[in-house]
Amino acid sequence: MAGAVGGEGAGLSSAVIKLQDVRLRFGATCALDGISLDVASGCLSGLVGPDGVGKSSLLALVAGTRRVQQGRVRVLGGDMANPRHRRQVCPRIAYMPQGLGNNLSPTLTVNENVDFFARLFGLGRAERRSRSAALLERTGLGAFGARPAGQLSGGMKQKLGLCCALIHAPDLLILDEPTTGVDPLSRRQFWDLIASIRCDHPTMTVLVATASMDEAASFDWLVAMDGGRVLSSGTPAELLQRTGASTAEAVFIALLPEARRREHHPVTVPPLPPGDGQLAIEAIDLSKRFGAFLAVDQVNVRIERGEIFGFLGSNGCGKTTTMKMLAGLLPASSGQVRLFHQPLDAGDLTTRRRVGYMSQAFSLYSELTVRQNLVLHARLFQVPEAEIAGRVLELQQQFGLEGLEGALPGALPLGVRQRLSLAVALVHRPELLILDEPTSGVDPIARDTFWQKLIDLSRRDHVTIFLSTHFINEAQRCDRISLMHAGRVLVSDTPAGLVRRRDAATLEEAFIGYLEEASGATEPAGSAAPTAVATTEQSPLETAGFSLQRLGSYTRREALELIRDPIRITTAVLGSLFLMVVMAFGISMDVENLPYAVLDRDDTTTSRDYALNLAGSRYFIEHAPLNGDGDLDRRMRSGELSVVIEFPPGLGRDLDRGDPVQIGAWIDGSMPTRAETVRAYMQGLHGQWQTDRARRALGQPMPLPPATIETRFRYNPDILSLVAMVPATIPILLLLIPAILAALSVVREKELGTIVNFYATPVTRLEFLVGKQLPYVALAMVNYVLLTLMAVTLFAVPLKGSVMAQASGALIYVICATGLGLLISTLVRTQIAALFGTAVLTILPATSFCGLLDPVASLQGAGAVIGAIYPTSHDLTISTGTYLKGLGFSDLLGSFASLLLAVPVLLGLSVLLLKKQET
Amino acid sequence: MRAANVVQLGLKELWSLARDPIMLLLIVFVFTVSVYAGATVLPESLHTAPIAIVDEDHSQLSERIIDAFEPPYFLPPQLIEQARMDERMDAGLDTFALVIPTGFQRDVLAGRSPAVQLNVDATRVSQALTGSGYVQSIVATEVQTFAQRTQERSLPAAELVVRMRFNPQLTKTWFGAVNKVIDNITLLSIVLTGAALIRERERGTIEHLLVMPVTPFEIMASKVWSMGLVVLSAGLLSLLIVVRGWLGVPLAGSLPLFATGAVLYLFAATSLGIFLGTFARSMAQFGLLLMMVLLPLQMLSGGVTPRESMPELVRTVMLAAPNTHFVMLAQGILFRGATFSVVWPQFLALLLIGSVFFGVAHARFRSSITAMA
Repeated sequence: MAGAVGGEGAGLSSAVIKLQDVRLRFGATCALDGISLDVASGCLSGLVGPDGVGKSSLLALVAGTRRVQQGRVRVLGGDMANPRHRRQVCPRIAYMPQGLGNNLSPTLTVNENVDFFARLFGLGRAERRSRSAALLERTGLGAFGARPAGQLSGGMKQKLGLCCALIHAPDLLILDEPTTGVDPLSRRQFWDLIASIRCDHPTMTVLVATASMDEAASFDWLVAMDGGRVLSSGTPAELLQRTGASTAEAVFIALLPEARRREHHPVTVPPLPPGDGQLAIEAIDLSKRFGAFLAVDQVNVRIERGEIFGFLGSNGCGKTTTMKMLAGLLPASSGQVRLFHQPLDAGDLTTRRRVGYMSQAFSLYSELTVRQNLVLHARLFQVPEAEIAGRVLELQQQFGLEGLEGALPGALPLGVRQRLSLAVALVHRPELLILDEPTSGVDPIARDTFWQKLIDLSRRDHVTIFLSTHFINEAQRCDRISLMHAGRVLVSDTPAGLVRRRDAATLEEAFIGYLEEASGATEPAGSAAPTAVATTEQSPLETAGFSLQRLGSYTRREALELIRDPIRITTAVLGSLFLMVVMAFGISMDVENLPYAVLDRDDTTTSRDYALNLAGSRYFIEHAPLNGDGDLDRRMRSGELSVVIEFPPGLGRDLDRGDPVQIGAWIDGSMPTRAETVRAYMQGLHGQWQTDRARRALGQPMPLPPATIETRFRYNPDILSLVAMVPATIPILLLLIPAILAALSVVREKELGTIVNFYATPVTRLEFLVGKQLPYVALAMVNYVLLTLMAVTLFAVPLKGSVMAQASGALIYVICATGLGLLISTLVRTQIAALFGTAVLTILPATSFCGLLDPVASLQGAGAVIGAIYPTSHDLTISTGTYLKGLGFSDLLGSFASLLLAVPVLLGLSVLLLKKQET
Repeated sequence: MRAANVVQLGLKELWSLARDPIMLLLIVFVFTVSVYAGATVLPESLHTAPIAIVDEDHSQLSERIIDAFEPPYFLPPQLIEQARMDERMDAGLDTFALVIPTGFQRDVLAGRSPAVQLNVDATRVSQALTGSGYVQSIVATEVQTFAQRTQERSLPAAELVVRMRFNPQLTKTWFGAVNKVIDNITLLSIVLTGAALIRERERGTIEHLLVMPVTPFEIMASKVWSMGLVVLSAGLLSLLIVVRGWLGVPLAGSLPLFATGAVLYLFAATSLGIFLGTFARSMAQFGLLLMMVLLPLQMLSGGVTPRESMPELVRTVMLAAPNTHFVMLAQGILFRGATFSVVWPQFLALLLIGSVFFGVAHARFRSSITAMA
């Protein structure tokens, strides 16, 4: 499509995307610095440039998932800063974020993932079915419809992502580094797919960000970016001509500003000097089994000292698992690993000092600065303290980290982070380096710099390097490579040897040949023939207002994810039953078995009679008598005795004489509630003893008291704590667990990145929140039913009042409880903060402010205010009312009204606080 | 084991926490506002109990009785008709309803010993128990004084003198404040270590440590000391500034002794956090486990209701929980001024429990980390 238009000048009228002086800042960093460009309709345009130059941010602005800060972003004929326009064009845009399957749900199957997106875009049943079948067929995923997305290989994940993006036939398709970390075969299949789809939909505009110039060379139009600015734009041919370069990568380098270009030197690999036959690593018949899945199947590898050994293979073929076993991180199921001719021993710390390991994902501490990370690892590897400062400085210079020592890794571009990871892996001068995809997502210049270091290490310092990669030009630089597929090593040889054996023109061709041969039926190739994706007349997608279908789509997804996590469901259900037992038995107001002792300074029949009276009470348990003040003090301080009775000397004599006497009762006041009960018991027993004594002495009962009080304990006549406590525990249990699950469900999306689906699709904030809430409401209601059954059977608490009233109360209440969780989730970013925050904001109010032990009316201070509005108080009234007082709807109107009011308040606040775009 | 590794890794934990403003904010919140609100919410003995009175006598005596119910113990009594009494109690408006029958005063004076009826909402167990005692004694006193004006009666011969030790006024804030601090110490030490372990596992940083010459023991020990230090400082500051300063609770015993006990408790609680972290496979599962452990720990440790009133089985099982011993130790030292000679069994128990949790977590550590990979 050489005639494709773009850039300044021609075809402005057909521009789908028009950017004018767009700027974006994250705190002090400037991500985009005045971007102006137009993208023409119907063409495949690419944003190319190194890492961290603002490509992803620009795409997010165009997709409408990030808030426009400065400048004008016009997409599909409207301003993306205008929420109404965003809502209107949203269904015409598809956005696939960076990362392998980042917006997919790993536990959902292929079909379910596609279905989720189809529903979000409001497709009807028939349309959904026909379109998803056609797309899956075309991408070759049709046979894998029932496989969970998390178990797909990286290439398949990206194809599935593409299906999900294309399900609503968008006019604008935005792909952010779609083939990063994908093996060459899958990469080729992916671009074939895009090409064939564009054939069917010639009007569709595709905007791609990529760091790979080889890919970009086949695009219609390119925009080269660096430092948040546009360097140049044009067709690949124009750019080649303009720079006078011969290859795409050379164009890229030629376009860079002078300063950055100077950093780049072509990589040359000196030949490997003949080895001394010393092996650094040897794996013999190494296998790893995860349950029924054989991840690594009898792998044999021998790597000589000083060699650079490459591991190639599609994603999920067992490379990472093998490397982890070699690094001693995973125990092998069978087979043997020998490091430096010694069997690998996970507990052997000296071998570890000879090995440097760099895992696939960045795994340094993002909360520590660059320098702190280096120093920490140096110390852990026991680099002598005196050498640390020098070593750290040396590494900073070698890896271009000068001036960054105070920066946090999270703020650095991917390429710099990878350099830091390598520096950390080298801090203790290891003899063997194990690097798992060290250059994935790193731009060409940074990659070359990185490789130069590796080559120097190997050739100069004789460090053995074992790495995995997806880049063919990197494989080319290895001394030997192994091809891995489905847990097995297909072939090992020098790159040249492989090309020869396969009789191929290039290593890539040889590689793809091997893979195609090995995969055969297992890996889908995708049908090249364009089986026309059903282009049934599409009804204009309804985006305005509230859509039950979109809400339902989120509900379905959340419910499926919940069902696929049986541990979470069982813990949630059994856990609340367990907690009910604990609380019902644990919180008891009946104070019994109170330990007491007597300090008898009188020791007459009278004092012994009094003591006997106490010993007969079921409330008290007698401990050994006290022998003096010192004993009294010590034993009360130790908490052994709750109460001490002290009889004064001459008690019996004075009483007989009719003189006033005082019997002392020392009560441990450290637990005030218990002390009050003890006091009441003591007074009762004392009165009883007096009456008995009078009767015995006078031979007749005491004169009648002037009046008596008949006390009737209502609703719970035996004043059994258990009966009163069980109905009160239900509201507390229905709060804690549902709130925490609901809070984590949203924050988890934030942490994992699937929240981008909420930003990029027409789903509204209310639909999103309620959709995610419903499964947890259902789970909580299951809990409610089980708790109720347990209360009436195991605890034999009679349910006297209206069951309907109680159940409706519980339903409204669990909506509040999950709503509270959602509200907390809108305020925090990390799961750990959500967990901690929910625990803090639910446990204390629910157990202390809501009438569990003391009625809300009697509370004071801030707690009283919280108790009055907290939903738990109201459901507590409903629960105890229906259980113990036999009440129905009409008696509990006030509580129902308060609960009903809490629902819109909680939901409304959550909707207000939730952002529909990234800021 | 290399002590230097433990120190380095611990410092790393402190840095991580220092760069997480939301966690810092939550820590400050739980040790100040949360402690204050939790401590002051409890009514001092009987506080503003709602009472209704059905006065069918309308006599001098019945009015004296009505006037005798005063704040802060009771809300001003609601004078209601007999017919409305049930309805109001059903709705939970009143905890107590006192019925003074017709001819009450006349019968008292005639020595017929008439009865007043006290209805108590027994679903509010705690208020019902203490409050009915108060109501009875108020009514009895009023009737007695009224009756004594007309007839001489002898005083009871023996008087029971009740003295409260350690908290003479039975101020509930004292008890509540210390309890809240203990609860928050538990919550924080478990969350900080357990959830941090899961986060490190999710990010792959723990895995990275395991390829270095660092042992699981060192990793665990570093988390115990660093997070323990944070919680200990926050807890002690809260005790000194919020509990003693702001709430004015007198702390009886030796603070250094308490701090020593707290160190042992933190060892046990942070080990428990790591122990739980080796079981949960995701943050959601950890959250559920946390609730499952935290609530029983708080409810059954003797900090909410006395251990004596729990079933034998619960009491025995809870001896395995570190909280139980810490609550005993804290109450002993802070309220009763107990010395080491009194609380050493708790010190020993905490050390033992902590070692068991630490030991089991240590045994599970490597396998639980790699199982996730």
